[in-house]
Amino acid sequence: MAGQGEPAAPVVLAAKRVSKAFGEVPVLFSIDFDIRPGEVHAIIGENGAGKSTLIKILSGLERPTSGHVELDGQPVELPPDGQAVNLGIVVIHQELNLAEHLTVADSIFLGRELKSGPFLRLREMREEARRILETLHVRIDPEARINTLSVADKQMIEIAKAISRDARVLIMDEPTAVLSVAETETFFEQVDRLKAKGVAIIFISHKLDEVMRLADRVTVLRDGQLIATVGTEALTPDSIAQMMVGRELSNLYPPKHEPDVDADTVLAVRNLVAPGVRDVSFALKRGEILGFAGLIGSGRTAVAEAIVGLSPVESGEIVHKGAPVRFADVSKSVAAGVAYMTKDRKGKGLLLNANLKDNLTLLTLKRHFKGPFLDDKSETRALERAVRRFDIRARDPSVRVGQLSGGNQQKLMLGKMMEAEPDIIIIDEPTRGIDVGTKQQLYHIIAALAAEGKSIIVISSEMQEVIGLAHRVVVMREGRIAGILEGAEITESEIMRYAAGIKQGGENERISA
Amino acid sequence: MSVSAPEAAASPSRGFRLDLKTAGPLLALILLVVLGYALNPLFLAEGNITNILTRSAFIGIIAVGATFVITAGGIDLSVGSMAAFIAGVMIIVMDWAVESMGVSIWTVLMGIGCSLILGIGAGFVNGFLTTKAKIEAFIVTLGTMGIYRSLVTYFADGGTLSLASEAREIYRPVYYDSFLRIPYPVWVFIAVAIIGWVLMNRTAFGRYCMAIGSNEHVARYSAIKVDRVKTWTYILQGLCVSLATIIYVPRLGSASAATGVLWELEAIAAVIIGGTVLKGGFGRVGGTVIGALILTAIGNILNLTEIISNYLNGAVQGVIIVAAVYLQRGSLGRRKKAAE
Repeated sequence: MAGQGEPAAPVVLAAKRVSKAFGEVPVLFSIDFDIRPGEVHAIIGENGAGKSTLIKILSGLERPTSGHVELDGQPVELPPDGQAVNLGIVVIHQELNLAEHLTVADSIFLGRELKSGPFLRLREMREEARRILETLHVRIDPEARINTLSVADKQMIEIAKAISRDARVLIMDEPTAVLSVAETETFFEQVDRLKAKGVAIIFISHKLDEVMRLADRVTVLRDGQLIATVGTEALTPDSIAQMMVGRELSNLYPPKHEPDVDADTVLAVRNLVAPGVRDVSFALKRGEILGFAGLIGSGRTAVAEAIVGLSPVESGEIVHKGAPVRFADVSKSVAAGVAYMTKDRKGKGLLLNANLKDNLTLLTLKRHFKGPFLDDKSETRALERAVRRFDIRARDPSVRVGQLSGGNQQKLMLGKMMEAEPDIIIIDEPTRGIDVGTKQQLYHIIAALAAEGKSIIVISSEMQEVIGLAHRVVVMREGRIAGILEGAEITESEIMRYAAGIKQGGENERISA
Repeated sequence: MSVSAPEAAASPSRGFRLDLKTAGPLLALILLVVLGYALNPLFLAEGNITNILTRSAFIGIIAVGATFVITAGGIDLSVGSMAAFIAGVMIIVMDWAVESMGVSIWTVLMGIGCSLILGIGAGFVNGFLTTKAKIEAFIVTLGTMGIYRSLVTYFADGGTLSLASEAREIYRPVYYDSFLRIPYPVWVFIAVAIIGWVLMNRTAFGRYCMAIGSNEHVARYSAIKVDRVKTWTYILQGLCVSLATIIYVPRLGSASAATGVLWELEAIAAVIIGGTVLKGGFGRVGGTVIGALILTAIGNILNLTEIISNYLNGAVQGVIIVAAVYLQRGSLGRRKKAAE
């Protein structure tokens, strides 16, 4: 099934019958993989399929248990600890590895500074950095500090760094996970440019549309097994998804149950002004799923954080079940039945070093008292309930949460929030970086909660998700609401027009749209 | 659906390491006791054991408080100076009481009350400055450390503050007398340790300390009143210092600029040897108690034997601290590798 349409350039990097086991647990079974110069090869599979392990082996960070890696047709033992860079194999990790306080030029040359004797040739490095950035067509000042850059710009710096190292093989782990739509488009252009230069590009992604757009060949892994390596032209998003999960994904999104026309308004926000939010008004009905779309930084998260008391409200009104409220902190909003689930599950959502139980009950610890003491049994029961309800899969309950897959972490975070039994649930990026099977589960859970009469706000940068789930969609732009879409208006192009500022206007003007 | 293969990958080694981490300090203490006995059988004489326990009480009690501060991601460098300051003020107040009202049990109770108020107050100041004024704990407590140390020097006019001998007579039993053959300071240590353990492991407060030390953002997003909990850890620390000072003063009946010097480092060392993570997020009160015992036992063994000069006490303690942390770090590093 290997891609026949490829130019016959010799293979740069290949894995031959590579297997890997950690201790006694096998994670990869006899995988064959190869890549040619100027080719983009996507690796896809669910969380836990073995993608990350495969790229670690290809970049030397892990040794295969059996089988070997070939570089230019010769078996090699890649040096560990990232030294494969010197052989032209560069990895860009999902969590970008940049020192926040260094400048752009410092970062690009980190570890291979240009020197005269013991002294740095600062000006030369600056000029060289500027030149590299120009070839990428990005406008970033080589003297800017990394911590002043956007995530997208930081990623560009990683790419610039790779280019400055004469990368022959560039390996990227979910490069677009943290990028907005516009940034993703710029990123695609970079990939095309690198490809034209003859760089071999391997990338992992959960986004099937971008796999279709970028990749020449796709390798599908499932449960550590190689399912297929196929030329992209022979694939459809559906067939890829099927190969990933090994069964048909008929309905990724559950059917929508519109809330009653005369359902109560449970939350009304009027002229809200807060950090990152400039005059936002909307209403949420009982049983409704309200989508929030927009570019990254458009103020969606800022609205949510202002509502639940994580950031100060400067002016405006929040009416909860008919009464004006202003929650001073999260404990107040949770007590009132308004819960917010952060998009940053590792940084703000979960204690990665703690076990499942401690994480689950952290928000609602007061429910597990026996006198002044904690009731361990009650906490354990809560965990058992949540595990069943949200299908959280862990080897055993005492593992650290950091060792769970992204999908299971996300389910645990949802469970933690639902422990508080909220009526209004704000979910920020419900499925970032998780596999399609778990996504489907989460969508069904969200829809079921709405059907029960909970009101839900879904903030998402994946437009398909907003479109598939929400009854109405609020599109934000630069801290304001650019438009609110309903019914047949909810389309990707319509959302994009509002998000990008091509179309403007509140609810009144919108009718003509 | 998601397969747990890579998650399971971390499993084979985990249980074993965790055990080592929990039992490590205890094993080290047992080893030390065996060594001590081998070098000099007097080490296990009843008198000597009581001596070790009593001496470890000061650092131990302070270290239990430090366990909370460190677990919640803070640090308190001021405890040694705070102890000296409290001791100084206690003595001044009691001497004043003896002079103006004559001596009675109330003299001592007054001193104790004064100590508790000062300890709680000083802890609150540290907590308030770190949480509300948003100054790093290291800097705040470095500042208060200097302030308290210089105040006690000033009060003593560069010399020594001595407790009036009448009051000393009444106060003396608090350090020197026993109940069930166990000296009072040891009873206080036991009580503080038990209460501390329960607080850390069986109450929401302890869980919140670990959550905050582990990740303050997560704590805030989980409806925890981060500033309040952190302030409480410093207040607890102050209270522990106050208790330690109350049993320390009757020992010598005096305070000077040299009182409590380097106690903060010994307390932190006891906490770290016990397995609490210096960066916060994981606290073990039981380990801290063992850490305090280990530190005292080292000094005691050096006193009882001729092999290593007693002047090298600090050096031996230093080696033990670094070794303890290295062992903990080492096992963490391996676990991380296995998880990937």
